[in-house]
Amino acid sequence: MAVTLPPLLWVGVFLLTPYLLMFCYSFWSVTPAQTIVHAWNLDNYRELLQVRVYWQTLLRSMWIAARVTLFSLLLGYPLAYFVSFYAGRKKDLLYQLVIIPLWVSYLVRAYAWKTILGSDGVLNTLLQYVHLTRHPLEFLLYSPFAVVLTLTHIYTPFTFLPVYAALEHIPRNLVEASHDLGATPAQTFWKVIFPLSIPGVLAGATFAFVLSLGDFLAPLLLGGPSGIMISNIVVSLFGAAYNWPLGAAISLCMLVLVVSLLFFSERLEKKWSFS
Amino acid sequence: MGSITTSLSVAADGKAEVARTLLSLRNVAKHFGKNIVLRDISLEIAEGEFLTILGESGSGKTTLLRIVAVFESASSGEVWMGKERLDQQPPYRRRVNTVFQHYALFPHLTVEQNVGYGLRVAKQPEAEITERVEEALAKVKMTAHAKAKPSRISGGQQQRVALARALVNRPRLLLLDEPLSALDANLRRQMQVELKSLQREVGIAFVFVTHDQEEAMVMSDRIALLRSGELEQVATPREIYSRPATAYAAQFIGHTNLLRGEIGGGMARCSSLSWPVTQPDGPALFSLRPENVRVVSAGSPAPPGSVRVAGTVLHQAFHGATELIRVDCGGLVLVARTPALSGSRTKVELEFSAADPVPVRESPERI
Repeated sequence: MAVTLPPLLWVGVFLLTPYLLMFCYSFWSVTPAQTIVHAWNLDNYRELLQVRVYWQTLLRSMWIAARVTLFSLLLGYPLAYFVSFYAGRKKDLLYQLVIIPLWVSYLVRAYAWKTILGSDGVLNTLLQYVHLTRHPLEFLLYSPFAVVLTLTHIYTPFTFLPVYAALEHIPRNLVEASHDLGATPAQTFWKVIFPLSIPGVLAGATFAFVLSLGDFLAPLLLGGPSGIMISNIVVSLFGAAYNWPLGAAISLCMLVLVVSLLFFSERLEKKWSFS
Repeated sequence: MGSITTSLSVAADGKAEVARTLLSLRNVAKHFGKNIVLRDISLEIAEGEFLTILGESGSGKTTLLRIVAVFESASSGEVWMGKERLDQQPPYRRRVNTVFQHYALFPHLTVEQNVGYGLRVAKQPEAEITERVEEALAKVKMTAHAKAKPSRISGGQQQRVALARALVNRPRLLLLDEPLSALDANLRRQMQVELKSLQREVGIAFVFVTHDQEEAMVMSDRIALLRSGELEQVATPREIYSRPATAYAAQFIGHTNLLRGEIGGGMARCSSLSWPVTQPDGPALFSLRPENVRVVSAGSPAPPGSVRVAGTVLHQAFHGATELIRVDCGGLVLVARTPALSGSRTKVELEFSAADPVPVRESPERI
């Protein structure tokens, strides 16, 4: 009991209490004079459903997160496969090279894309220099495209890591057994390697989706008006708008969404893991 | 089945013999950097033969198997199956299948799907796959577990599934890499018998790798004894046991007494012993099996052609029906396997026939 008390206390003070407070706030309301009234009601949730911008932004955020997930898997999986199966002695070096960007500040990486994609940026300058375009391309920056690109760059290592771990766990004699039984390299990949790496793919996809769904810095810096995501709305509701109850209601919806996603992906991962 | 290849090989003594050779290794060598694993291996495997590659760990036996399986390429030399260079084909193109040391069953597929894997990747009609998988599972008595995942069945059962998975493809050659090493002693003996009778039944050539000399003796038609990457002797179990070519072969397969002596004038001399031989003069080494050394009662008449020696018993180990007795015969220690004696002795007289010590070559240290 004495041993379990400190961690329980920690969880209670720093996790459960904030969640509980947020839960309570989401059922309170705010007066036009900007004071929070502790009167229980469902107005915030009603507003959430009725005001288009909220659920549209939520849907757009999910769409952005889904694209980020897809692209970071498309980038991360082949990379993990190559490093795990074909890198040989360079394996550790390549692994470290994938990890290193994680040590660089998020802000720096986001700003880097800003300098690349901006109208005076590296990419536009280059395109004009080689006379592919006459004017800077405007859609590159301050658009959902920029957000998806930046988030994909940032979260690809997060999909790479679990996929790599799953691939490393595949006994190599299974690959030999498959070749031995007459399977071509492509058949071996689709019938043995890929099915056995599914838990890693699911874990990586969950990371990429959940982390990019809740992101607010990339849309803030690179999204422009059309690239706003749900977290930006939450931020402004808690900040400038001073509508903590509505912000709490949106946060709670996202929490439910994310937790159920985690739950299902874990169930699926279990279903696909064999040992 | 493909056509049976008949090749004419000329034996060392010039006599031509007709053998149906399935696979031939020609001067195969393998080195990893400076580390030489195999040197100059030439070996022929006949159709339907059970050949065991026997050797200690590090002798190169698994590497040799992996070269035949084309998981590894030889540094030099060739592997032929009939008129085809096996070592220049990708593994998925040849009619050789492997049973792996730890079975290597696909964990995400059922027993049935594991067995059907080879047929399915070869795009056989689904009806034929079902039929052949059923047949293969019945052959290894695993029909009841067809729908189970490999993690749900025991080691011995996994072993059977691995066998079925390989045999269902009707290979011309089956490679087995220490397939019994993960099983406990009793199951292992049972599987040795099952495996041997299965091999007779299907008539496919087996190349079996093991470090266990007893296993090799029980199962093989021929044993290829490998030592530090070189073939020490290739012969039938009986031949290799009764006529070991080298000191190493004599010691590795069964127990033996190694007698180091000198031949001069038609007589071999070792310590106080001497017996007539036909070999030319010079230093010589003999292998004398303990069961060829008898304990006799002192003073009884010695039969002609026998060698007698008296000695002090150093150690007597009771093994049930027989016992092993170590005797110091004036500086030379002889081990005899005799029917169990009535009690412990201190002095005994030993006898062996002059024909029993087999001349063997020295086995020089190799690095």
